Amino acid sequence: MTVAGTAATAPVAIRDLTVAYREQPVLWDVDLTLPEGKLIAIVGPNGAGKSTLIKAIMHLVPRTSGTISIFGKPYEQQRRLVGYVPQRGSVDWDFPTNALDVVQMGMYGKLGWVRRPGKRERETALACLEQVGMTAFANRQISQLSGGQQQRVFLARALAQDAQIYLLDEPFAGVDATTERAIIEVLRDLRSRGKTLIAVHHDLESLREYFDWLVVMNVRIIAAGPLETTLNAENLHAAYGGKILTLGAIGQPQLVGAE
Amino acid sequence: MSAELTVLLTAIFAASACALVGTFLVVRRMAMMADAISHAILPGLVFAYFLANGPNLVAGVFGASLAGLATVALVEALQRTGRVKSDAAIGIVFPAMFALGTFAVSKWFSNVHLDADAILFGEIAFAPFDRLIIAGRDIGSQPLIVLAVLSLLNLVLVLLFYKEVKLATFDAGLAASLGFSPVLIHYGLMSAVSVTTVGAFAAVGAILVVALMIVPAATAYLLTDRLDLMIVYSVVCGVVSAIAGYYLAIELDVSISGMMAVTMGGLFAVAALFSPSYGIVARARRRAVQRERFSVDLLLLHLGHHPTGDESVAHLAAELDWPRARLQRAIRQAGAAGSVAIVGERVRLTPDGQDAVHAIAQRLSPS
Repeated sequence: MTVAGTAATAPVAIRDLTVAYREQPVLWDVDLTLPEGKLIAIVGPNGAGKSTLIKAIMHLVPRTSGTISIFGKPYEQQRRLVGYVPQRGSVDWDFPTNALDVVQMGMYGKLGWVRRPGKRERETALACLEQVGMTAFANRQISQLSGGQQQRVFLARALAQDAQIYLLDEPFAGVDATTERAIIEVLRDLRSRGKTLIAVHHDLESLREYFDWLVVMNVRIIAAGPLETTLNAENLHAAYGGKILTLGAIGQPQLVGAE
Repeated sequence: MSAELTVLLTAIFAASACALVGTFLVVRRMAMMADAISHAILPGLVFAYFLANGPNLVAGVFGASLAGLATVALVEALQRTGRVKSDAAIGIVFPAMFALGTFAVSKWFSNVHLDADAILFGEIAFAPFDRLIIAGRDIGSQPLIVLAVLSLLNLVLVLLFYKEVKLATFDAGLAASLGFSPVLIHYGLMSAVSVTTVGAFAAVGAILVVALMIVPAATAYLLTDRLDLMIVYSVVCGVVSAIAGYYLAIELDVSISGMMAVTMGGLFAVAALFSPSYGIVARARRRAVQRERFSVDLLLLHLGHHPTGDESVAHLAAELDWPRARLQRAIRQAGAAGSVAIVGERVRLTPDGQDAVHAIAQRLSPS
């Protein structure tokens, strides 16, 4: 395992993190230092605490113990360095607003309390919509967008945050092929500009194609490191437990059979 | 100021103060919370009456707001147990609070003028006689002044924190990650709702205050897809209802606040029926148009599948198994569009029709 920067300078460094709901640990004794400028996937079975982990990084869930630092400082001091793409299902898409307005929400953090978005925010938001191929839908009521389009609006909103680290909760869940391509292109472009991208991911098949760093977890961290050394049957077996895992002919991991 | 004008202005300010905060309750899907707060503030009022040793505006607003926030906190605490859903939690908390209030009134203040009718229905017509006296000077009608101040206060709050409340409502997770505490914003909004309820309650009572908060906002929600316009429409709808309700009540010699709520209900019904985007009529018409268009598409596709591109009307009716009228309409519309020509008893695809068949097949095939 390569050491990518020390905990003091790493984009995300987590020490002894435990998160519990009603004395039931969701994350247990997590130690994790993530490298800068990588496309990082977090994988694990349902209930493994993947979403909780990225929420814990932003202090959206209460920690039972442990510390988390963003480039060496607590999250509260580094909010502006972190962009967030929540799960699409976490918001009410019947909310009376349009795509452009949602994207502008990404800039509210920089505006701070009371100050309203103006012309500059509007133009930035339009540019972000263009990056995800959604210019034509800027004024569309959000309930009239398809699932894939909604996901791209969320990505555009994260772009508008202009962050150093992006946390994405299942960005590819339930989206069409066009959207999946659009998203991965944007993520690669961000990586080429030195940004760190951390995504909860479900599809083991596309891991090798999309990501270069991997965190395998199931409540605990099972393995974390560059994809080549971390994506193996042993680690996945340890995470997915009862399910039998094989590595296919081309080295693609596949989940086989029995629950 | 004449008594009539005082009552009318009180009605207008009650409606606008309520509509401003009510819009956020509706988009947050918390309409029933207004109902809960409006009933649950009674023990707060009684407690304030007890502490101030008589009716006192400041103590009343303070006590009632505290009771309102306690209701919100209790409902949320019950929800967190996981075994009580939000609607049930509201149904448990507010009758209990209201009962506590009525109990206290009947036990300790039975000699005091704090009767159930006034609490439930209010009496806006008495607004001119309820004077606000500060340092021995008569400033004016207390309900009018209180509601005017509340309208202004709510307007300022909406103008200042529109962006924050919008974000926390749409995506609490992002709001929290950006440092806008959704809990703080939630309780801030609930405080505004509580204070507004207390102010409006004396004029229109605990039940109608809910109508003033929810109905104009629900009407506005049918008319626009933009939150800022929704707030404007909601206030306009509330104010129009206040004015119309006032004159209708005078004309018919009925309760003013009751007539305001009836007018609001009427406006809502009109919007629900005739809203250009979400009205029942517009939707039915859109569906009918869609159905007709789909019939034409099916007819063209069917003809397109025939090697000769034509077919007798009787045959078509049998093959499509449509009522005669539907088939006739589809043929007529396809003919008007130049897609088919009728040659004797037979319907034939024109070259334009052939193109249309192509386009339809492409549109309907899964991409």
